Amino acid sequence: MFQRLRENKSAQGTLLAFPTMVWMIALLIIPLLLTLIVSFGRRSPDGGVIYSFSLENYTRLFGYSTDCDNGASACFNPLYVQILWRSLTLAFNTTVLVILMAYPLAYFIARAQPKRRNTFLFLVLIPLWTNFVIRVYAWMMLLRKEGAINLIIGQVAHWLHIPFQPLELLYTPGAVLVGMVYEFLPFMILPIYTSLEKIDNSLYEAAADLGANAVKTFLRVTLPLSMPGVVAGTILVFIPVMGTFIVSDILGGRQVILVGNLIQRQFLDARDPTFGSAASLILMVLTLIVTYFYTRKFGFGEEIVVA
Amino acid sequence: MTSEYAVEMRDVVKRFITPEGNELAAVDHVTMQIKNGEFFSMLGSSGCGKTTSLRMIAGFEWPTEGEVYIEGKPMGHTPPFQRKVNTVFQSYALFQHMTVFENIAFGLEMEGAEKDEIQKRVRHSLDMVQLTGMERRRPKQLSGGQQQRVAVARSLVKVPDVLLLDEPLGALDLKLRKEMQLELKALQQQLGITFIYVTHDQEEALTMSDRIAVMSKGKVQQIGTPVEIYERPSNRFVADFIGESNFFEGTIKSLSKNEAVVHIPALNAEVTALPVSDGLVKEEAVVVSIRPEKVRIAEKSNTNANMFQGKVSNTVYIGTDTHVYLDVNGAKLKVYEQNRISRLDPKSFYTVGQEVWLMLMPENTLVLKKD
Repeated sequence: MFQRLRENKSAQGTLLAFPTMVWMIALLIIPLLLTLIVSFGRRSPDGGVIYSFSLENYTRLFGYSTDCDNGASACFNPLYVQILWRSLTLAFNTTVLVILMAYPLAYFIARAQPKRRNTFLFLVLIPLWTNFVIRVYAWMMLLRKEGAINLIIGQVAHWLHIPFQPLELLYTPGAVLVGMVYEFLPFMILPIYTSLEKIDNSLYEAAADLGANAVKTFLRVTLPLSMPGVVAGTILVFIPVMGTFIVSDILGGRQVILVGNLIQRQFLDARDPTFGSAASLILMVLTLIVTYFYTRKFGFGEEIVVA
Repeated sequence: MTSEYAVEMRDVVKRFITPEGNELAAVDHVTMQIKNGEFFSMLGSSGCGKTTSLRMIAGFEWPTEGEVYIEGKPMGHTPPFQRKVNTVFQSYALFQHMTVFENIAFGLEMEGAEKDEIQKRVRHSLDMVQLTGMERRRPKQLSGGQQQRVAVARSLVKVPDVLLLDEPLGALDLKLRKEMQLELKALQQQLGITFIYVTHDQEEALTMSDRIAVMSKGKVQQIGTPVEIYERPSNRFVADFIGESNFFEGTIKSLSKNEAVVHIPALNAEVTALPVSDGLVKEEAVVVSIRPEKVRIAEKSNTNANMFQGKVSNTVYIGTDTHVYLDVNGAKLKVYEQNRISRLDPKSFYTVGQEVWLMLMPENTLVLKKD
């Protein structure tokens, strides 16, 4: 039997993939199917699930409402569509900002002396040693009315004899955006750095040799060759930002509700797992659609550049 | 072209700081003049300063001291993209995200050339390197030799005053390399562009070059035509680096312009030889050099000078030549005899232990400085 296995490469592959396959089926595929089944069900009065086939949860998500002010039997309630749209735009804005901040830093590290690069990468990773939630709370300390930012501005204003009212920084969309950018920055820096670091120095020299100045070299050579890193980083940032609820929960309070918060509240506060499941699936489908169109345009970042 | 010289390096020094913090002169007071339309090679082993010199001409490095002139103009800190020279890199440095066409068009686009003109010139330069029809391929889809041609075409399409080539054939196999050597040489003659070629391969340098600069430890050892370099090496290093030589240490006993008599203790004899290195003086400790193929083996002594008796210690048949290793008064000497006759008959070889006479022709026996 072992003899046969030694000769059969595809059986070897199956065997090696087996533990992961069991793991994925048990903890991803089956729960996903359960979520799908639950999402078609109805909430029972005690917060359980009545299994049936109803599209009610989905129509509700997209704005169909029977709870109308003017006594009509049905009307459009934009609440959930707004939440979806807010999540989508926030994820988009976060990704764009993160790219804009991560790229120059990754470029700087990739062009630094080889000995110093590891030090810089180490510094990039240090924040990840602290728990995600604690880091978000730290932002709360900075942003709140009596927080460090208001204190500093207030002190400066005091010296300049300018009247100052503490700024409402916390519980705003801006606070959530800042928190998201902060949390996910390293996940963009690392892949961009990796693809920049692979670009052979002679390619920059060749571009200069052929008459390209620094700007043209960047636009025509550096940027295209580092796109795989940008794409990989975008996938690593966009998808989690779409789903996470901790940042918006802590820094957005009741003001900035994202799909993640919606789902969390359906399961824990509203005790409606059926609606929560439907929202989860819609979030997944939305993310898949965006990722699909994005990767169709830019690839998966797998085209490793060999200089 | 206004200047006699396409490129001139005047007393150029380039110092680097090594990772250990020491200062190292990669290029140490190098002066050379490269004429317009010349195929000029810089030859030396790794670390001799040839690539650094080339990079200073290209503008990737700036001299610590001295000045590089291109077409008579001092370059100072002129960046590469403002110099009318182009480089073919050792690694080819092709843009993997562009097609062959886009790679070659890149330099023309940077000049702001019109689309039609770019089309025309890219086509023409592809024809020149025999890659017609490969426009839409990516560099990865080409063989090493084809990539090399793209790199050459990409540089030549800009019609530079000088083309710099940094070991461009290093990655190719021997046969292809020989083909490309002749092709590059033909291309250079056809275009009349000055080529400056960096290589560690002496045969390559001898095959292609009009003139060669032999470099070692950051210094130019000799500049000359291939024949001059081989036949009249200016010192022991050059004689040793280019081809092979028998060396004997000795002392000059008498010296005139065309003749020197050198006492060689190893042979226990005085040898009449040609003084080659500059600045030789009487009683100087020197080295006498003779190429193995220039030693003649004779059956019997005649009255000529520089005749020595020796014993055959080994013979090696290598096809074109037979290498004969001899023992002369305990000193070792090698002689390469061309196989002009068929060696099928074992008797046509010298036998080990056979006593023979050797003749060192004075005009081929060179007196050189020790370093």
